[in-house]
Amino acid sequence: MAQASSPARQVQNKISTPAKMTVTLYVNGVARKLDVAPWTTLLDLLRDHLGLTGTKKGCDHGQCGACTVLLDGRRINSCLTLAVMKDGTHVTTIEGLAKDGALHPLQQAFIDHDAFQCGYCTPGQICSAAGLIAEGKAKSADEIRELMSGNICRCGAYPNILAAIQQAMGQS
Amino acid sequence: MINFEYARATDIVDAVRQMAADPTAKFIAGGTNLIDLMKEDVERPSRLIDISRLPLKTVEETTTGGVQIGALVPNSDLAYHPMIERRYPLLASAILAGASQQLRNMASTAGNLLQRTRCAYFYDTATPCNKREPGSGCSAITGLNRGHAILGTSEACIATHPSDMCVALAALDAKVHVAGPAGARLIAFSNFHRLPGATPQRDTNLEPNEIVTAVELPPQGFAANYSYLKIRDRLSYAFALVSVAAALELEGGTIKTARLALGGVAHKPWRDTAVESAMRGRSADADTFAQAAEQLLRDAKGYAHNAFKIELARRAVVRALTQAAQGRPQSQSNKAIG
Repeated sequence: MAQASSPARQVQNKISTPAKMTVTLYVNGVARKLDVAPWTTLLDLLRDHLGLTGTKKGCDHGQCGACTVLLDGRRINSCLTLAVMKDGTHVTTIEGLAKDGALHPLQQAFIDHDAFQCGYCTPGQICSAAGLIAEGKAKSADEIRELMSGNICRCGAYPNILAAIQQAMGQS
Repeated sequence: MINFEYARATDIVDAVRQMAADPTAKFIAGGTNLIDLMKEDVERPSRLIDISRLPLKTVEETTTGGVQIGALVPNSDLAYHPMIERRYPLLASAILAGASQQLRNMASTAGNLLQRTRCAYFYDTATPCNKREPGSGCSAITGLNRGHAILGTSEACIATHPSDMCVALAALDAKVHVAGPAGARLIAFSNFHRLPGATPQRDTNLEPNEIVTAVELPPQGFAANYSYLKIRDRLSYAFALVSVAAALELEGGTIKTARLALGGVAHKPWRDTAVESAMRGRSADADTFAQAAEQLLRDAKGYAHNAFKIELARRAVVRALTQAAQGRPQSQSNKAIG
């Protein structure tokens, strides 16, 4: 505690803006070098610093899944991820799924099955489903439902989301 | 979230040294609980020491036939690790019963142990909470306490430990490897988490500048007869009202070894070795299971909204033991309870 109450310590505590750090993230295949504050989440970096607003801020507490992106191919909640910790990683957002002007099979399947109403959760649902397919653990409908439970759809489009994922799985 | 400084640790010694130099710093690995708590202003560290790049990500067989799990192995990697699936399916099942796949991809093994309670009053900085602000009082004892503890509570705190993984680790008799300024030591899992007593601000017996480096499983994994049964308000992605990790070693119909741990009912995974000893040598039948359940819950105390947990826990214990004895563990995807 002597250290905590030393003059140097008190001065340090008054510094309200610790230095920004330079990180390089490979976002949808493009290297992006950015200066970010330590408390900037990956979600805020994508939306506010890079203008990639496809990734949505729902609850901002890891409970809804709207912010789901793929980090080095694995699905994560970008709202609970500090950008400074992910220097050098590859991030795929909903904007990076379509290739050469063609929709990703999951995007097409969500359209085919009308797997949304308001659409707010959809980017997270699709990125999560892309992660799910890459994991290869879900085979049955029950397993898909369970492993998609981190993505909430308040419109209740779950049956159609399930059908869309099954269609895309059949193609992959 | 308050502003904070950020530094990376280069190795375990450096991590411990950085922590010792700043008493208001926190380690960060997966961040799934810490960032959430920082957004709620419950945690206000001056500095985050990033340990996520330390080489603690392997799952390896030990020389004594057990398995050592690096502190930074993500929960999903652990649940799907072939050796864990084959030898310790109780642990794999418990991990998959918790959180979401996104969170399991981020959350680390040690972070799972060190996650804080989800008591709503702990999260609500406008209300008294002895765990968040020692001496301020417990809002849950006289408040909404449907999800709270029924065993091992104190007048200071009735919070529960939220982990599923830890319930299985308790049943499996795991050990926790830690490192600190004074060197490395080993903590038995049953002695890792604490009951609240008069100091609910302390969740574990980890000393201030210590860091978890690994979790070790003993050789016996109970792969033939186990079940992790989690009862909750919705079928997925919810914390347990009551959960049971049950493991049996059987000889014919007789119990040679029994392990039983409860989640969602106490400040730590609840295990009572006297109950397990009493099951030894007895027939693996409904009477034995009912008596074990009765004995395990004998000191349970209900509060205004959670007394239902006592009978729920008894029945869940009997059901999980029955599933274990039959070699039909609870599925974590098909939610029908067999």
